[in-house]
This record gives sequence, C-alpha cells and structure tokens, in this order.
Amino acid sequence: MKAAQGHLNDVIRFSAVDGPGNRFVVFLQGCNYNCIACHNPYTINECDSCGQCVEPCPEMALFYDGHNQVTVDDDLCTNCDICIQVCPTDSTPLSKMVRLENLVRQIDEVSPFLSGITVSGGEPTLQADFVASLFCSIKCSDKLSRLTTFVDSNGSASREVWDRLLPVMDGAMIDLKALDPDTHVAMTGEHNGPVLDTIRYLAEWQRLYEVRLLMVPGRNDSPAVVERTARWLYDVDPSMRIKLIGFRRHGVRPQFADIPEVDPAHLEELAKIVRSVGIKDLVLV
Amino acid sequence: MSMEEFRARAREIVNDATLTFHQRRHYLAWLAENALEYPELSKEAAEALNKQIICDLFEGSAPYRARYILPDYARALHNGSTHLELDPPTDLDEALSFLLIMYTQVPSITGYPVYLGDFDKILAPYVDKVDDETLYRNLRLFWIALDRILPDAFVHTNLGPHDSRISRTIFRIERELLQVVPNISLKVDPEVTPDDLILDAVLTVIATGKPHFVNHPLMVRDLGEEYAAVSCYNSLKIGGGSHTLNRLNLKEVALLHQGDIDSFIEETLPHYVELNAELIEARIRYLVEEAKFFEHDFLAAEGLIQLDRFSAMYGIYGLAEAVDILMEGADKQGRYGHDDEANELSYEITRKVADLVASRPMPYCAGNNGRAFLHSQSGIDSDLEVTAGTRIPIGEEPEMFAHIKAVAPHHDLFQAGVSDIFHVEDTVRRNPSAMVDIIRGAFVEGMRDFTFNLATNGFIRITGYLVRKCDVEQFDEMGARHGSTTFAAGSVKNSHVTDRNVKRVLSRESSPRAPQ
Repeated sequence: MKAAQGHLNDVIRFSAVDGPGNRFVVFLQGCNYNCIACHNPYTINECDSCGQCVEPCPEMALFYDGHNQVTVDDDLCTNCDICIQVCPTDSTPLSKMVRLENLVRQIDEVSPFLSGITVSGGEPTLQADFVASLFCSIKCSDKLSRLTTFVDSNGSASREVWDRLLPVMDGAMIDLKALDPDTHVAMTGEHNGPVLDTIRYLAEWQRLYEVRLLMVPGRNDSPAVVERTARWLYDVDPSMRIKLIGFRRHGVRPQFADIPEVDPAHLEELAKIVRSVGIKDLVLV
Repeated sequence: MSMEEFRARAREIVNDATLTFHQRRHYLAWLAENALEYPELSKEAAEALNKQIICDLFEGSAPYRARYILPDYARALHNGSTHLELDPPTDLDEALSFLLIMYTQVPSITGYPVYLGDFDKILAPYVDKVDDETLYRNLRLFWIALDRILPDAFVHTNLGPHDSRISRTIFRIERELLQVVPNISLKVDPEVTPDDLILDAVLTVIATGKPHFVNHPLMVRDLGEEYAAVSCYNSLKIGGGSHTLNRLNLKEVALLHQGDIDSFIEETLPHYVELNAELIEARIRYLVEEAKFFEHDFLAAEGLIQLDRFSAMYGIYGLAEAVDILMEGADKQGRYGHDDEANELSYEITRKVADLVASRPMPYCAGNNGRAFLHSQSGIDSDLEVTAGTRIPIGEEPEMFAHIKAVAPHHDLFQAGVSDIFHVEDTVRRNPSAMVDIIRGAFVEGMRDFTFNLATNGFIRITGYLVRKCDVEQFDEMGARHGSTTFAAGSVKNSHVTDRNVKRVLSRESSPRAPQ
C-alpha cells in the first residue's frame, strides 16, 4: 500500500554515523519500545496536544490551531528544546506530517553528496508503508536510484513487514538490546523473539548490514552474556558486522540518569570476547 | 625609515633568540629591501596602500623575484641543467638527488620553493624497475629531507588525478611521518580519479590534515592541463607563476562607502579595484623592467619558466564583513552565509570584481591573456577582525551542506584559487568514505578547492597551511624550526583560529614581515 505522507520527527542532511558513506537520515516519529537507554525519548510517542509546552516556550512559537492541535510557528522556533524537556509524554510538538514528494525533493537537493539514505526514528517499521513508498521513489528515479536505502530498526517488525521492504531496501541496522528474554523485557518493555527472528531473516536475505549491541553497565555487559550473544550472532552469520556501543547518558531521561557510562577499558575487554568467538567485522563506538 | 630606526630594527632581528640563523638572514634581507623607495604609485594608490585598503602582503619595496614560481621540473629532469652542471638523471636515485639540488635554487617570495613538482608525474619515468620496498625507502628518505631542508609550510606538491604507485606510497609515508612539509594537493577528476585513491587521501587528512582536494576539470578549463596548486590554494601554470599578489580589503571599502548598494557596486568598488590593479602593475613593471628577473635567472635561461606563462594574482578578502556592512546600511538583517539576499549580494560583488579584473589589461601577464588572475586571499597573521577571502567568518559557519551551497558559487570566478575550510566531526574516522561522498558532491556543486580538517589530529590549519599544535605551544619559549610556525603563533592569537577547533609551523608567506 502506498502512503503519501509520514509522521516525521526531523531529518539530517549529512550523517557519517548511520550506515556506509555520507547519508541523508529521516527520523520518523513513534516507537513501540520504551528503552531505558533511549537517547531521543521525544521520538517515542505521538503528541496528544496536552498543551503543557505552550506556556513554557520562550519564543511563543507554540499555539493551538483551529483543530485544537498544538502547532509550531517555524519562523519563531529556535530549537531550544524546552518543549521537549517539559513534555510529560515523551513526545514533541515539533514533529509533523511530511509529504512523500516533499521529502524526496529534499533528498534530491543533496543527492550528489550521498551514498544513500537511512530511515531511523523512532521505529521506522511502524510506518512501513511510508518507508516502502519512500524507497520506491528513490529506486524508481533515474537520478536517485544509485543511492542505497537503509533502515535503522529495533528489529520488532514481523516477516510480513520486512517482506514489504525487502524489494526496495538495501540494508538494515538492527539493535539487539539483549539476548536474554527477561533482560530484554526489563530494558525495553518488550520480548525479543521478533528481534531474533528479524536478525535471522534479514541475514538469510543478505540485507543485514550490521547488528548493534548497546552495552549498558549492570544490565547486559557481563562477559558471559556478551560471549553468548556473540556466539549466537556468529551462528546466524559468521561474517556478520557487529557494532559494540558503550552506553552514554546524553539525552537519556532523568529517571535513568543513575545508569553509569561504560568504562572504555571494559568495552575493549568485551570487544576481545566478541572477536574470540570468530567475529571479524567489529566496530567499537 | 631613518638610519637610526633601520639600525635598531636590524639589531632586533640579529638578537632575536626565537629565530634560526636562516630566519634572521631572511628578515635582514627583507629589512634592507624595504629601505628602498617603493615603485612609483599615484597619490591615491599610495594612500590606499598606506591605509591597508589595498595590501601588498609585505612582499617588499623592490621586487627582485616573482612571488610564486612553478618550474617545469619534468623538462629539467629530461634536459639536465647547464647552470647546475647536472646531467639528465637515469634512475630514481639520480632523479631525487637532482630535485633536492634544484630546490635550493628556486626562488619565491618566501625564499623557499612554493612548488616541488607533481611527483606522480615527474618521477614516473624512473620507477618502472623499482620494487615497492625500494620506492618506499627512497621516497621516505626524500620526504624527510624535504621537511628538514625546506622548513616552510608553503612548500607544496601535487598528485593525481590518475592513481599511481607513487601517490599511494607518498600517502603512506605522510601518515607515518606526520610532517608539516610538504603541503599537498590532490587533483580530483570525477571521471578518472578512483574512489579508493580519494579514500586513501581522506585517511591521510585524518592523520595529518593533508592533502587539499582540487577540482581538476575546472582547473584545466581555466589554466590548461599544465597547472598546479602551490603555496596554499594558489593555482597557476607550470612553467610560469605569479609575479605578485596584492589584495583588496573589501571590508575597508565597504566602511568607506557612503550611499546605497548600487552605488557601491557601480562607483566605490570599481574605484578601489583599479587602485589595487595600479599597485599590481607597478610591482610587475619593477620586477620585469628594473630588477630584470626574467633576464638573469637560470630558470628562465634554461626554459624552465617562461615569461609568457606568468600572470599576477588579484586578491580580495573581507567579503563577509563587506556584505554585512552593506546589508546593515540598507537596514537589512541577513548575514553572509546565512541569508539568501546577503549571499546574492556577495555573488554580485565577486562577479563585479571578476568583470573589472578581466577587463583591466596588465603588462607581462600573457599567462592569462594579458589579465591578472582572480584569487580569494586566505589571510596573513596580522589580519584582525576581517575574514579571509570569501570565507564565512570562523565560528559562524552553517552546517556543511548550507556552507557549501553558500560559498560554491564564488569558486567559478577564482582561477588562481579560493579557500574554504570545513571542520568535520571525529566520527568520519570510523566512516571515511562519507568524506569521499562529500568531496565528490562539493565538486558537482562547483567548488574549485576543498579542504577539511579534524579537531583531533596533531595539526592546526591556519589560513590553509599547516602547523603542528605542539610547535605553536612551544613557540613563545623556544622559537621554531619551520618559518611558518612564527607566523602561525601570531595568527592563532589574533584570529581565534583555534576557535574553529582546528590545527600549528614559520610560514613566511603569511608572516612576511620581520617580527617586531
């Protein structure tokens, strides 16, 4: 099904950290997980127009429109992010619906500088129709078809969703928060069965660009757990690319601010363990 | 200058413990030259020079060598040199030895050669029978010799656009040695230069801040196949060069202007453009007609430079401030680099200057059909509160795409080079191919020169040349082996270049005057 518009949080025109080469990144609004380590919690929920951000906005850029929706005046907004800080529902009044052709036009403008585009979020597969439509537009354009199309996902989507994306998707970056089901529930609020299935399925289709392991101290970073995880991934695909990321507090919600950051020496130790099971393509962040 | 003052300043140089013997001798020569009368100028031009509205970059009062000289090293290697009593080399060892000898005899404004040749081309005839390990060892020793014999960051070589074993070996050596000298430009032709060579160059930038990237097809359009980027960002003809570089301070012109934007473009600007042209003409005539450089130098006598491949460089700087001053004068808010109307005004100004320079005959400039080359001048250490060339002020740059979009339209006009430095985040270390994408995009967008740098290597890029951070930090106490470090120490203090979170070496082109 074609979707003419998507719920957009924001875009970044040049990114060196969202897949191979320089990429245009589309951040979609809305996520089905509620991760303790989330760095951009304001992308989790839809804005319910409760209005609690209207008064605190120092630029008076927020107001109720004729349909009782909180709306932003782009000319006044200075992106000070106070609305995001006061939001009681992990959302933002700044996200908006974007028309497909508008987004494609923005990509077209910077395309000579790009290896490709990455759709991130939020959880982009929640808007799979829009993502598929966007990728289709790229792949059907003479000028843009050389761009690679990537998805940055929590891996919770079903095979049916991936089947819709596979014909137009070049690669996916999947987060695996925890191999152990209970730990996964504790860290995300959801079971990891679908994630493990996604990793196996995308690997089979050779569309798994990398698996990201975010190391959160005291939660999923014990040597034994990391070794078991690396071994599981190696069994899925020995040539798998793994990105080992140390948890950083930046952007994390106040109630999780007591989680310590990862000691770089510890991260190096964990990297050795991952390599010891046979993984060759390992990136440390 | 009175004799008394002359003696006092000579004494200061002689006794300056932060200068090496060679640096003291260089500044003593500069002092002596400046005791001579200046080439004759009209009263108005002399006054504008005095007030630094037009500026000769302290080249000296009596030009006796061309500012930038690009000897045809390929020809020298092929023919040998009578003056130097050297036969044509027959192998790599002889070629490298020949070049080292010749460099000591190539003049320029800095006293060091600003151009060493395109090594991938001039050494190509000598490497076929040399194995990789021997090539690496010989080039590595040669590279160390260059840095120690020619300690000035404006000493420059070019590589590309074709891939070669020589270029690959040089990039490897650069990443190992982390030297300031030589500066490097990689010529990039989108049709010819492989991604993998650009990637190798990007990895070298990440380690050393070098090379710069130049848009080869655009350079060939303006200068022909036989060109090179020298010193920093100065693109000129091989076998030729530039007699002089004088620059117009657009900020000062805008400050002096009274009236609306139209009268600035149609009256005030052309008036000062002509005063700088008069300065250039007077200096060229002195060099060619009085000092008779081209009649006595062996490079000319042996056909390694030819007067008809020379021109002069017409520089401008302070565009950012000029635009902002004119916008304010018209009660408009927009600033250069951030506002479409301000950017349009900046293009109108550079187009006007380009038209005026292209219609102003200049003597002994057959290298550009009897006209000066336009150049966006990237500053010297004494520049205060004025932005280099056509750059967006340091610290005010918008995000990279908007930055490139804003400055790229200027690049088409500046045949003799234009510099915009892009500071990039450390994340590209893990994804260097992102920079390959951006360089290719920048050339599609029409940029002529592209330079980027990271905050986290051991170098500071000043106006285009490099200095080592550790050298700047030590300079006040210990002096510097490289000429460009002295210059950079002044530049870092004066223009907050470290605010750009970038990079240190004595660079005589940029710190042309004797320390005071």
